[in-house]
Amino acid sequence: MANELVLLDFWPSPFGMRVRIALAEKEVEYEYRDEDLKNKSEFLLKMNPVHKKIPVLVHNNKPINESLIIVQYIDEVWSDKKPLLPSDPHQRAVARFWADFVDKKIYDSGRKVWTSKDAEQEAAKKEFIENLKVLEAELGDKAYFGGDTFGYVDVAFIPFYSWFYAYEKLGNFSIEESCPKIIEWAKRCLQRETVAKALPDQNKVYDFILMLKKAYGI
Amino acid sequence: MSKEVKVLGAWPSPFVMRPRIALHLKSVDHEFVEETMHPKSELLLKSNPVHKKIPVLLHNDKPVCESLIIVEYIDEAFPSGPSILPSDAYDRAVHRFWAAYIDDKWFPSLQGTAKAQTEEAKAAALEETSQGLSLIEDAFVKCSQGKAFFGGDSIGYLDIAFGSYLGWLRVTEKTNNIELLSKEKTPNLLAWADKFCAHDSVKDYMPETAKLAEFAKMIFARFKAAAAST
Repeated sequence: MANELVLLDFWPSPFGMRVRIALAEKEVEYEYRDEDLKNKSEFLLKMNPVHKKIPVLVHNNKPINESLIIVQYIDEVWSDKKPLLPSDPHQRAVARFWADFVDKKIYDSGRKVWTSKDAEQEAAKKEFIENLKVLEAELGDKAYFGGDTFGYVDVAFIPFYSWFYAYEKLGNFSIEESCPKIIEWAKRCLQRETVAKALPDQNKVYDFILMLKKAYGI
Repeated sequence: MSKEVKVLGAWPSPFVMRPRIALHLKSVDHEFVEETMHPKSELLLKSNPVHKKIPVLLHNDKPVCESLIIVEYIDEAFPSGPSILPSDAYDRAVHRFWAAYIDDKWFPSLQGTAKAQTEEAKAAALEETSQGLSLIEDAFVKCSQGKAFFGGDSIGYLDIAFGSYLGWLRVTEKTNNIELLSKEKTPNLLAWADKFCAHDSVKDYMPETAKLAEFAKMIFARFKAAAAST
């Protein structure tokens, strides 16, 4: 049976980047389709009628939705190569916990930084850095969140690094100053070809956010 | 090997029910440690320093947090005994999708019915909750494939994820004198709900609607008092 894979995505989406990285780690071929989120395709609406969001991975015409669910699916189907989740149940639970933490805390607190100003922005920056510090403490002195090997939590979190430059410029602060180990970890991840190819250029992301701000009148 | 298993939790919490049902399915005994919550115990703060929330599973003193993550852990750590997640990878993705929908979208709409400040807001929340139930009804038909549960012949991950909210759903129905699950709109879920609540692995942990309604009254009074004093 043919292994037909289509990824419905949007180039600046950190959630889409997670899937790109996972597919690349498994060396799987797929068709990438960039969606216009202001004019969603019939296909996207058919594949994700509940949320109408990207990313969607379509495998032999069957859709899988929600980025972390997609990453786990990829890890389970292409289990022979580069496992992303560890095999020990407790370590798996810890990995899922931290990926869930990234989902709950990083996107929203980062978003508040570029959509607010003055006192509100100061509070948003503080919250964002606090969340990064929790992750930094969990990383500790390890090369990656799971230990010596690049894995699930790294895949979940590294896409947000492509947005850090934009946050810093728009928030007028340095993430490296508060969380040097996070930046060190990010640069280590970027040495992997799979990550470097999946993440867009940070200047492009910055320009994209500027355009969003203009469009929203923020 | 020591199989010392503890669940830190509180009886009204749907999230706390989930690991307890899962452990029962696996025939794993556990000690239930009822959390006072106000103030939170040392053990809770130590076991879940990041979120400080219940449930926490302690397996040989190692903590696992977040109810659905705990359920997956139980499935993997106790491989003998019925499987909780489906065996097919695609089915797993579908069940995880619906569990996430139920937690992230549906339950907040149910909570919205209690938090609503006006009759209009409440009506809107009830409508949203109802629409969500229609989606879940469709999901049930697809997942169950004519069998009794989301998981097929026996209860599984998605049954546990959604079923744990039935107590609160029934309280909402009673409080608002409305049918959220009905023969007309959600016949399959209506039938499933009774089977789920009567299940051996569920019945000891599902709170009685009346007891839960009393508890709900008390905490809503607390919310209102807190809102009034700010």
